[in-house]
Amino acid sequence: MTTRERPLSPHLELYVIQKPQFTMALSMTHRITGVLLFFGLIVIAWWLLAIVAGPEAYAGAQGVLGSWFGRLILLGWSFCLFYHLCNGIRHLIWDTGRGMEIRQIECSGIAVLIVSIGLTLLTWILAYASRGGPA
Amino acid sequence: MAEFRLPPNSVVRTGKHYPAKDGVTRSKRFQIYRWDPDSGENPRTDTFDLDLDRCGPMVLDALIKVKDEVDSTLTFRRSCREGVCGSCAMNIDGTNTLACTQSIEDIKGDVRIYPLPHSAVVKDLVPDLNQFYAQYAAIQPWMKTQTPAPPDRERLQSKEDREKLDGLYECILCACCSTSCPSYWWNPDRYLGPASLLQAYRWIVDSRDEYTGERLDFLDDSFRLYRCHTILNCTRTCPKSLNPGKAISEIRKLLLNRTV
Repeated sequence: MTTRERPLSPHLELYVIQKPQFTMALSMTHRITGVLLFFGLIVIAWWLLAIVAGPEAYAGAQGVLGSWFGRLILLGWSFCLFYHLCNGIRHLIWDTGRGMEIRQIECSGIAVLIVSIGLTLLTWILAYASRGGPA
Repeated sequence: MAEFRLPPNSVVRTGKHYPAKDGVTRSKRFQIYRWDPDSGENPRTDTFDLDLDRCGPMVLDALIKVKDEVDSTLTFRRSCREGVCGSCAMNIDGTNTLACTQSIEDIKGDVRIYPLPHSAVVKDLVPDLNQFYAQYAAIQPWMKTQTPAPPDRERLQSKEDREKLDGLYECILCACCSTSCPSYWWNPDRYLGPASLLQAYRWIVDSRDEYTGERLDFLDDSFRLYRCHTILNCTRTCPKSLNPGKAISEIRKLLLNRTV
C-alpha cells in the first residue's frame, strides 16, 4: 500500500483571512511599513538630489511631490515612519522583558495605532498651518 | 523562502452537507475539515447542522456527536475532555485552542473547525506532531545534574525557587502556540517554536538543574531561539493562559547577561 503525500493544513487562510489576529496584524504592518520606508527613502533622496541639481530640477520635484498624488504618497510615508517608530519602541520595551502580559500587549498595540495616526495628523496639520493653508 | 500558498494537493474544497432533522429548533452549523488518505482527493469541508438541545456544551461534544450519530469516519484526537491532556488541540473559529474547553455558545455564526495550522495532516483533524515532539526531546526536558542526589531525601528547593516554575510547568504540550506562530510555519525544521522554548526555559530556571550553561549554549542560535520575532500569537492563543513569548524573552535576557 502506498501512502499519499499528506496535505498541509490551512494557515494564513485561517490566521489572516478567516479571523485576523491583532498581534499578527501589527507585526505584519511593522514589516510592511519597514519595506515602504525603504522605497520612500529613495523618493526623499531624489528630492534632496533635486535641491542640489538646481532650481529647475527642484521645481520639477516639487511639482510631483506637491501634487495631490505626491501628497498622498507623503501622507502614507509619514504614517509608515511614525508607525514603524512607535512599534519599534514597543519592541524595544519587549526586549527588556516588560509589557508582555496579554492585556499589556493588546493595550500597547492599540496605543501604537492611536499615537502613530495622531502624530501623522499632527505633522500634516502643522505643515499646512505653517504655509498658510492648502494651495 | 516561505511558501505562503497551500500546495495544490492541500487546497480545501467544499464537501457534503448533512442537514438537521425536521423539528429541530436550536440548530448550529459546523464546518469541519476532512481529508481521507485513502480517497486520493483533496481536503474538503463538510457541513453538519446539529441540534444544540441534544448536544453537550463544548465543541468536543459536537465532534463526538457527529462521530456517534452522523459520520463515524470523522477522525480526531481526544482523551481527558477537561483541558489537561492537550490531545484535542485544533483550530476553532480561526484560533488554535482545545475543543474540550471551547464553548459552542461563545462562537458567533458557524463553527469552523480545522486541524492545527501549517501541519501535515494524517487524517481529518489529526496533524502529524512527530517533529514537534522531536523538538521537545531536543531541549532535554529532564533534570540534569552532576552532583549525586542526597541519599536520604529528594533534591530540595526553596519556595521562591519553586515559584519560578509557575506558569511554565502547567504546559500540556498541545502545540496550539507553536502552530499559531508564523516564524514556526516558515522554519519548522530549524526554529524550535514557542512550546519547546517555554519548556527549555522551565529547565533553565529550575534551581535544581546543573546544566543551565549548556542549555543556554544549545539555544544560542540564530534559528533555534532567535527566529522568534515577538509576533506573540503564541501568548494570545495559549488555552492554558501561559506566556511562551515572555519565556523566550527571559531566555534572551539570560543570554545577553552572560555576554556583558
